[in-house]
Amino acid sequence: MMDPNLEKPLISVEGLSLWYGQSQALKSINLDIPERKISALIGPSGCGKSTLLRCFNRMNDLVDGVRIDGDIRYRDSSIFDPELDVNGLRRQVGMVFQKSNPFPKSIYENVAYGSRIQGVRKRSELDSIVERSLVGAGLWEEVRDRLGESALGLSGGQQQRLCIARAIAIEPEVILLDEPCSALDPVATARIEELMQELKTRFTLVIVTHNMQQAARASDYTAFLYLGELVEFGATEQLFVNPAQERTSDYISGRFG
Amino acid sequence: MAQLDARVRHNPLGSAMTWMAGGSLALSLVLILGLLALIASQGLGFFWQDPLVQFESTSGATSLGEIWGSERVELASGEVARTRVKIGNRDLYGLDFRWIADAEIRTRSWPADAVVLERLEWGDFFGYFDRLETGGETLREGDRIRAALPALLDLKRDQRAAIRELERVRIGRVNSALERLRLEKRSLELRSKSGQEDSAAVAEIDRSILERQAEYEALVVDLGTLRREFEAETLQMRTADGRSKGLPVGHVLRVVYPNQMSAGQKVGLYLSRAWEFVAGEPRESNTEGGIFPAIFGTVMMVLLMSVAVVPFGVLAAVYMHEYAREGLLLRIVRIAVNNLAGVPSIVFGIFGLGFFVYFVGGGIDRLLYPEVLPTPTFGTGGILWASLTLALLTVPVVIVATEEGLSAVPRALREGSLALGATRWETIQRVVLPATIPGILTGVILAIGRAAGEVAPLMIVGMVKLAPSLPFDGEFPFIHLERKFMHMGFHIYDLAFQSPNVEAVKPLVFAAAFLLLLVVLSTNIAAILLRNYLRRRYATSSV
Repeated sequence: MMDPNLEKPLISVEGLSLWYGQSQALKSINLDIPERKISALIGPSGCGKSTLLRCFNRMNDLVDGVRIDGDIRYRDSSIFDPELDVNGLRRQVGMVFQKSNPFPKSIYENVAYGSRIQGVRKRSELDSIVERSLVGAGLWEEVRDRLGESALGLSGGQQQRLCIARAIAIEPEVILLDEPCSALDPVATARIEELMQELKTRFTLVIVTHNMQQAARASDYTAFLYLGELVEFGATEQLFVNPAQERTSDYISGRFG
Repeated sequence: MAQLDARVRHNPLGSAMTWMAGGSLALSLVLILGLLALIASQGLGFFWQDPLVQFESTSGATSLGEIWGSERVELASGEVARTRVKIGNRDLYGLDFRWIADAEIRTRSWPADAVVLERLEWGDFFGYFDRLETGGETLREGDRIRAALPALLDLKRDQRAAIRELERVRIGRVNSALERLRLEKRSLELRSKSGQEDSAAVAEIDRSILERQAEYEALVVDLGTLRREFEAETLQMRTADGRSKGLPVGHVLRVVYPNQMSAGQKVGLYLSRAWEFVAGEPRESNTEGGIFPAIFGTVMMVLLMSVAVVPFGVLAAVYMHEYAREGLLLRIVRIAVNNLAGVPSIVFGIFGLGFFVYFVGGGIDRLLYPEVLPTPTFGTGGILWASLTLALLTVPVVIVATEEGLSAVPRALREGSLALGATRWETIQRVVLPATIPGILTGVILAIGRAAGEVAPLMIVGMVKLAPSLPFDGEFPFIHLERKFMHMGFHIYDLAFQSPNVEAVKPLVFAAAFLLLLVVLSTNIAAILLRNYLRRRYATSSV
């Protein structure tokens, strides 16, 4: 809708509509995600922000009865191209989920999972990937002595950072975060937000959040969705201080939602 | 206070339901424990040595035996108390048991020199020593025999083992070599019919056959020598009623002096007999000796079945749950699978006979063993076909349990794996299936429980009363899947209903049933422990 014209877009959403069966969840969305920035998607529950996020790595493919119209271009090619290798796309566009979902394996195996799938066998190579990713996710110091232990023994915040480490281990370009802090306490949330600032030097981040303070604190750009429509998209500071739309200002000032 | 009262007040109906539920659980437990106690008490007393009692009746007749019970019966002359005595000596008396009316008993005594001989044939002998002789020459007499016996029995045991080794191993090897040569020759002949002559090869084989036959003759001569040595010493025994009976010392397995034994010795004897029962081979058409081949056959068949049923059931469940599209067809398939579990097992047996034994086995024989025909190799019942038949019988259980396990894997885990670029199959293989293992094992546990107790279908696909050799031994290729096998369930049936000596084997039936329960229980416990270990290891959440 509004082009954050300073940046070259990495992902362009072009007239995207999406239906779950009969009900339309997204209505003709146009949106450009800039590279190496944090873009936040905000809006009340059910506005379609998670649905939009899950379009970027085609996780919606897994849902029965989804119909999509319009296009999403990633690096100038359509991600809905039937020729496209979805698994390849997902290696480029990683995802961190709302509820941390470490595999019931060791910490090491969780981080090494993506690389093993891609056929990395050499122990030394895996070791360095695991260390680099855990350092990148700010978890290395806490778990370096217990890499062989089950990931399920970690605290909620640690598990979420482990999921981030798991996502960055395969060196994606984009990381999608679907309300990554909704189950975490404020300290763990602050840790993740801090981490996001470090990560944006290397990755493009798109975060869905319920928490407007979080969007205001942590993101560079913010999109406000309401009832499946993109109401407003712009630099975070501008959107929060001086929203162009009345609905946006109503929402961020807490008059509804 | 009033509010609190309202909250703690019991619903009378609910409380009655709780009692009923608890009561039915308690009843089931009592039934199960009662069954176990009955079987154990009936079966486990069998190995205990009771004292030998000598009865002298008012008519002057004497008999010696163990008391096995007493009862009061109504006869024409009024109520009579009588005692059931195991008198043994089946070769002399024809029957092992005799009823003695209490009124006719003049004296009871417990002679210290009464002897029980456990024998290879004819069951136990109860009586007294007379002479030990060899070739008509008396070695020892009376009580002095006892001192000489232990060493002699040890010698006989070694000789028995030597004979067995010669028969089973060395002669067996020559026999199987001869059989192989015969088959080679036959397959050459089969081929020569189709045009190729190879008389040189046939002559070569004929020469080897002659060599082997010479070897065989030599071994048979050796065997004769061993046999003569084995039967050299004869024990002349005397029964309580004065008959005498000579038997080769080699045929005596154990000598017991029940009226001179201390409690400790009796416990030792008990344990040794119980061990013989578990680890020994059957004798006398299964009414004596051990049931080891049956235990072995049961366990091996259950293991083979598990090996067959797991991949089959798991793959089917994965396809149905992960790949197949929900719809009418899938629903029909599910219903069919569930109904399969309710098909009477004998139907599976007949199917196994028709499909596995005749069709598959017959096909294998025609392809791989044409020279043995018309004697079937795989085209007859065997442990492989029995296991596969049971695998078919139990596959629905595994499918259902696996599907439940698959549904229990959280969606978030699958998405987590897919979001890392894993394909569907990689996700199933690396994340979903490991998390499903406890569910799969639950299915296997149920399958084992069902398979270990199943007898009917096995009777037509390879189970036999007495198998000459185990389906696993030292002879290449070690596991002989085509062999017939013994099974505890059938053993119990056979003892209870097909035995020539029903009274004597009744306790054995209970002992075998007890052992079967133990085998099923321990297989289950092993599987449950494995499942609990894996459940901890692959728990899908930290809670």
